[in-house]
Amino acid sequence: MTAATDYTLAELCIVAASKAFENDGEVLATGIGVIPRLAASLAMKTTNPDLMMTDSEAWMLSEPNPLGKRDAGFQQANESWMGFSRIFDNVWSGRRHAMLGPTQIDKYGQTNTSALGGTYAAPKVMMLGARGFPGNSISHPNSFFVPSHNTRVFMDGECDFVSSVGYNPERLPRGHSLDDIDIRLVITNLCVMDFGGPDHQIRLLSLHPGVSAEQVQENTAYPVYIEGDVPTTQAPTQAQLDLIAALDPHNQRAYQIKDNPPGNPR
Amino acid sequence: MNKQMTAEQVVARLEDGMTIGIGGWGPRRKPMALVRAILRSDLKDLTIVAYGGADVGMLCAAGKVKKVVFAFVSLDFIPLEPYFRQARQSGAIEVMEIDEGMMLLGLRAAAWGLPFIPTEVGLGTDIINQNPDIKVIDSPYDDKEWVAMPALQLDASLIHVDRADARGVCQIAGPDHYMDDWFARAARETYVSCDELVETSYFHDPAEARMVHWERSQTTGVVPIPGGAHPSSCSPLYGFDVPHFKAYAASAKEESGFQGYLEQYLGDSEAEYQDRVGGLDAIRAIELPTY
Repeated sequence: MTAATDYTLAELCIVAASKAFENDGEVLATGIGVIPRLAASLAMKTTNPDLMMTDSEAWMLSEPNPLGKRDAGFQQANESWMGFSRIFDNVWSGRRHAMLGPTQIDKYGQTNTSALGGTYAAPKVMMLGARGFPGNSISHPNSFFVPSHNTRVFMDGECDFVSSVGYNPERLPRGHSLDDIDIRLVITNLCVMDFGGPDHQIRLLSLHPGVSAEQVQENTAYPVYIEGDVPTTQAPTQAQLDLIAALDPHNQRAYQIKDNPPGNPR
Repeated sequence: MNKQMTAEQVVARLEDGMTIGIGGWGPRRKPMALVRAILRSDLKDLTIVAYGGADVGMLCAAGKVKKVVFAFVSLDFIPLEPYFRQARQSGAIEVMEIDEGMMLLGLRAAAWGLPFIPTEVGLGTDIINQNPDIKVIDSPYDDKEWVAMPALQLDASLIHVDRADARGVCQIAGPDHYMDDWFARAARETYVSCDELVETSYFHDPAEARMVHWERSQTTGVVPIPGGAHPSSCSPLYGFDVPHFKAYAASAKEESGFQGYLEQYLGDSEAEYQDRVGGLDAIRAIELPTY
């Protein structure tokens, strides 16, 4: 398949993020937010048809639902009931891979979705709460999507509140090894990373077109492991773009990254 | 046994300082009419356990709450519940912040009469550091440490369902009953508001009986309140009220704040409230959300 030349950064991120699910086999792919959900849906339609997915409400689907309002005649492809209580049976089995967008990600890959600044008794900014992050992080693989790569997200020091575990030896539970923790890809508006550097250091895997390694480091408050020549993030194919358009008929993806820039700024 | 009662009778059976579980999830199928009855009462110092939405936000804003046990408080399309946020940021409430699954385990432990359920959820996170009451223990069977999620024993639970009979057989016809069965089982007393009161024979059809998720012995009282989940949803009967939630969230940024919201909407009774939000037909006409 030949690469397309005309695509948005959001579409590039969707395709890059879909790679996270490629070799997962038969697991529940949970993408929270437009880009992660489209990434999981694209993977299910292309590289990994064994993926499982819900309708984000209470049913398991054999075909991903398009995003947003659907025609009155639309019938979703249910394959089982999958209410929230049953989601935890799946989470604790480990047969799930979630992709989420935390507010902070520290050098250990620990994340924060709960509270910023102030004291815990009276935080400066109260956010969502820990939600399912603690359980996700210790039970199954997780990936992250960050629409705005900056030093507030990839911040100095440790997260204000650690909602999910990372590769922090200080916090490692007794009887566990750091290898039990499974953070997969970190996809941002600048690049793709993982925690595969020495001692689980964050590592640059690919740069989006027009982005430099220096730019990634400047926008990350801790050292990024950069090995040799870093490849450019693979451009979407026209077939992938067509699938994405069909999965997102209302173009919600255009509102996920500030100003919806092109993916290949030439 | 006829368990039918009014919302006011439910509130009269609740006491200051109680731990109260609230069913539903975020903006979905919350027993809001029962919450409004609490807002009209002088009940206070409550500990609320919930997958929280405006139920938690309103009770916090009204000064009814001492402590919230939560994993999130959110209106979904408005991710951050405005009044819960204010209560947290001003330090007005105590909290026990836990993982969504830990809450399920705590309710199950209470339902099953166990002091705790072991889990690895929470290990390595600030859930453990910020909750000195949640202990990490040794296992008699392996060399790992485990979180001992304590039972979340509830004095009472408040739940909204689609249908119930007067004996307390409750049906949730929407696609998800969330953790409401566990809220019913974890509580000493469970009060259920229902959109429709039906005859017992309604459940003779197996397809209807299949949507009953706990035994009637777990139901203490039944309060028929058509539209009683508004502004949250009660699928498939009605969706959540997006414009109402927007107005509610906007009120938090105005000087009159929650008092202004209450003056505009609460009224002296549920009938008055429903008049002010456009009436039952308008509630029942609210479109279901698309996820």
